[in-house]
Amino acid sequence: MTAIATMIRGTIDGIAVEVPEGTTILDAAKSVQIGIPLLCKHPDLDPTAACGLCIVRVKGQGKLPRACCTPLEEGMDILTHDPEIVSVRRTVVEMILSKHPNECLTCGRNGDCELQTLAADFGIRWSSLPSIVPEIPLDASTATIVLDPRKCITCGRCVQVCQERQNVHALCFLNRGVEVQIAAAGVSLGESPCVACGQCAAHCPTGAIVEFDETQKVWDMIEDPELHVVVQIAPAVRVAIGEAFGYAPGTNLTGKLYAALRRMKFDAVFDTNFGADVTILEEASEFIHRFADGGGELPLITSCCPAWVDFMEKFHPDMIGHFSTCKSPHQILGVLAKTYYAQKRGLDPAKVRVVSIMPCTAKKYEIHRSKHMSSSGYQDVDVCLTTRELARMIKQAGILFRGLPEETADPVLGAYSGAGTIFGTTGGVMEAALRTACETLEGKPGMGRIQYEVTRGLQGVKEGEVTIAGKTVRVAVAHGLGNVETVLERIKEAKEKGEELPYHFVEVMACPGGCVGGGGQPYGITDEVRAMRARGLYSDDERAVVRRSHENPEVKALYAEFLGKPGSERAHHYLHTEYEPRLTYTR
Amino acid sequence: MPLPTLTRDNLATVEAEARATPRPKDCIRVCVSTCCLAAGADRIHKRLVEEVRTRNLDIEIRKTGCAGMCHAEPLVQVDVAGTDRAVYGHLDEEKAVRILDEHAVGKTPVRKWAIDGIEHLPAADTLEGIGPAGHQYRLVLRHCGIIDPTNIEDYLARGGYSGLRRAIFELGPEATLEEIKASGLRGRGGAGFPTGTKWELTRKAPGAQKYIICNGDEGDPGAYMDRTVLESDPHAVIEGMLIGAFAMGCSQGYFYIRAEYPLAVDRIEAGIKAARRVGLIGKSVMGSEFACDMEVRLGAGAFVCGEETALIASVEGHRGTPSPRPPYPSQKGLWGMPTCINNVETLANIAPIVTRGGAWYAGLGSGRSKGTKVFALTGKLKNPGLVEIEMGTTIRAVVMDIGGGSATASPIKAIQTGGPSGGVIPAKFFDTPITYESLAELGSIMGSGGLIVMDGTDNMVEVAKFFMDFSVDESCGKCAPCRIGCKQLMLLLEKVSEGRAEPGDLDTMRQLANAMRRASLCGLGQTAANPVLSTLRYYPEEYQALLRTPATAGASQ
Repeated sequence: MTAIATMIRGTIDGIAVEVPEGTTILDAAKSVQIGIPLLCKHPDLDPTAACGLCIVRVKGQGKLPRACCTPLEEGMDILTHDPEIVSVRRTVVEMILSKHPNECLTCGRNGDCELQTLAADFGIRWSSLPSIVPEIPLDASTATIVLDPRKCITCGRCVQVCQERQNVHALCFLNRGVEVQIAAAGVSLGESPCVACGQCAAHCPTGAIVEFDETQKVWDMIEDPELHVVVQIAPAVRVAIGEAFGYAPGTNLTGKLYAALRRMKFDAVFDTNFGADVTILEEASEFIHRFADGGGELPLITSCCPAWVDFMEKFHPDMIGHFSTCKSPHQILGVLAKTYYAQKRGLDPAKVRVVSIMPCTAKKYEIHRSKHMSSSGYQDVDVCLTTRELARMIKQAGILFRGLPEETADPVLGAYSGAGTIFGTTGGVMEAALRTACETLEGKPGMGRIQYEVTRGLQGVKEGEVTIAGKTVRVAVAHGLGNVETVLERIKEAKEKGEELPYHFVEVMACPGGCVGGGGQPYGITDEVRAMRARGLYSDDERAVVRRSHENPEVKALYAEFLGKPGSERAHHYLHTEYEPRLTYTR
Repeated sequence: MPLPTLTRDNLATVEAEARATPRPKDCIRVCVSTCCLAAGADRIHKRLVEEVRTRNLDIEIRKTGCAGMCHAEPLVQVDVAGTDRAVYGHLDEEKAVRILDEHAVGKTPVRKWAIDGIEHLPAADTLEGIGPAGHQYRLVLRHCGIIDPTNIEDYLARGGYSGLRRAIFELGPEATLEEIKASGLRGRGGAGFPTGTKWELTRKAPGAQKYIICNGDEGDPGAYMDRTVLESDPHAVIEGMLIGAFAMGCSQGYFYIRAEYPLAVDRIEAGIKAARRVGLIGKSVMGSEFACDMEVRLGAGAFVCGEETALIASVEGHRGTPSPRPPYPSQKGLWGMPTCINNVETLANIAPIVTRGGAWYAGLGSGRSKGTKVFALTGKLKNPGLVEIEMGTTIRAVVMDIGGGSATASPIKAIQTGGPSGGVIPAKFFDTPITYESLAELGSIMGSGGLIVMDGTDNMVEVAKFFMDFSVDESCGKCAPCRIGCKQLMLLLEKVSEGRAEPGDLDTMRQLANAMRRASLCGLGQTAANPVLSTLRYYPEEYQALLRTPATAGASQ
């Protein structure tokens, strides 16, 4: 039951506002279309009150409180703009710029930077303050994200995300005063517990943390006449890339994306959703094997998120036995491109290159994470690009994206089911797996349940029960690594006490919202954007003719012609992996 | 004989017994605070003890805390029957022995080594040591330089813990709080927030667990009031904490003391141990139902950790940076629970207020500034040291009468109060009575009690630079206005002092200073530009004289 909130009334710039008790002045102002400049506050995060730009004047008070963290009180009469406030804000922006390199033109955030926008809005043309940018080297040691502390405005968003939301504690503040910087404490990011989820980059207001750019590598491959370069797009990319071209978040642009990739001269355009369908066949059979046949530890925990896999190997290696051994969808598509597809097309796998377009920075790490990522003798995936990198390449190629025709993916790794597409949102993998597991266990083709509401929504941990073939399956879905701990604790506690397990099947995605909120997606992530992108995927699923992975005709053909059955020896060789403890310093 | 567990009923008896404990009537007190020890007081103490022992003299050689004449360390006070009291300074072992011979034994004071200020020290037989003393008024420093800080019996003998007894057994929490409110006591850490109001907010805030924290993170350059009180009279602060905990319903207290104060930490830890042993700290304080425990937490040397929210973060084991307020610590403080943070000097005021009543305290002082204030006098004056005055005493009385005026050939030009958050006050304002309001009007602040005296040779740009340099180092770096503003102001000050500045640079300094004042998150940043603003206000000519003038530019052609 939700208690009815007390309403608070006040006046902002002469406009009456009425908001629930506890609402900040910032949000109260927003409710009447008044914007207050900000740099540090992010909608996902608690206010740190670091930038000092959102100061407002409250009638009768001497000090200028910060709108981001001051709740509106009854009867407050607030001014958000007056000559002194504007002058102070301007001076603060000038201060921040004096400690920020003038490298906008060569910065990863050029044209999409909160500081740049603010400087433009304030019309800063000249400053009397000398530049005091420190000399701090770049940290590109993870080869997934790049840390440039010189560009950091010390807003603290990344530290808060990394420590509080993701529970990773790779990033922290070092030093004090003007020498404060973000860093992995005392080591390089590569030696730190960083799991490359990229949520720091997704929340950074400037170019201090960006993805490790590999676009040139891909251009070089495309231009090499010797190579056959195939590309695949992850589920979450199709509903987010439009934001780079003026579409609303959640707009499904699958057809235009295929067209753009073809114009970029990729030799074949595939869809990771196909790989997702294969993942489901393997994972569902793994689940059935463990659940119905007692063949392994329960709960089964999903493993398609590389940041989560890395987190588990670093912090919870005792849970390795619970992990699905199934590779992630793009790795599966990658290995199939170099085996099944290459054979069918008569290509030399040594000359085939696979490029994955992912919403994710951790995928850049995943492709090298173990020998199993080269199970055909060739690396499954050669390069991973983020959604942001692809958007830049489309623009570089002079492709006018909005006017592109809708095209389809290439056979034999291009068809997908509705189950495959919802992989891109939190709960999607679970829902897709349940669809297939249900039919397999109940043995009534085409009759099994499709929707599982328990898996949907943005609540950090979703728990529930599903009845399959008369048996209760307890499931949990967690997203945002900070939410995983409670789920793992419950499992560990039950195991220690010898009690009945709280869950049979657990899905974990490192990023809040799942891949739609991934660290490689277009900037400006909020819960609203996550929900819009997720809606885009759910409607793609609803429109799909085939909504269960095992009904995907190309997947059926793959098993008939190449793999045999899910879980077969061949499937295991190509599509499964192993995990190992990776010791790091403890947080 | 070890002390019994103290209760409502036996405290007075124990006090009387402690006072009557047969010990030598004659006493030589050797100050052994940090600065005295640094000057060699320990050797003098040992030598005197040795002399008294070998000669079998009936004289007590007592280690005490700070007597306040810090300019003349090491020092001893001779307090023997049949002759005047005297305090001697600049001593070595030989001189100390001669003083023992001539004054303590021979009853003839050694005039040539006696120093000014004995009138500021309460006579040992003044029971509580509270009252006017020369130009000073001893209240917070009532036991400093008199009792042995490591001996709880010394504190008990002078009425110690009778305030706590009165609070628990006569007043109850509400009435205790009312006394503090009636006293008009304001926070001595610098901001001057009414202590009673702070206590009331904490008392009323909902919370299963509440905390009281003693802020011993004193950090202003030249300020050592809190260190001295912690070292010289630990039980006064512990008693204040216990009374506060009782009034607010806190069952746990923390002393947050900077690690650079090892002696203060030792004395407080020993004090807590002694108080626990006699039932003043623990599950049943003085046999009552009031339970309170205390612990010491060390600060790691960040100035900003004196700010309440940063202090809480530090106690919790996090990086010491401030958080936005609200919520205030009284609502959500340590580990999310209502927490009251009081400065050392504030807490040392509590027991006398409870014993004598809030109305008595409110009768001291001037206007809305009640009671007394301790200052650490430093700089170019004859008698630097630790002094306590009644609020409303003029700056002149402090600087000239107590401090002895200029120590150099150059007359005193100004004072600086409030450390890096304060400002300069030119000599023409020396007739101003010292209150929170009057110092603020002059563009400075009361601050925690650092008072630096400058003579005519001190350049004000250099003064501003000194404090700004401090703020650049001590800014925690969390908020942009302070982090970058301090640095940029420092660069501009250097530009001025090196003769490279243009008139426009002074405008930029004012612009930066205002942005820092308005947009910084905590008090440190909001006030860090004050030394610049106040020197610009009173001594603009010293800045202008250093500007690169058009004439110089022309001459270079």
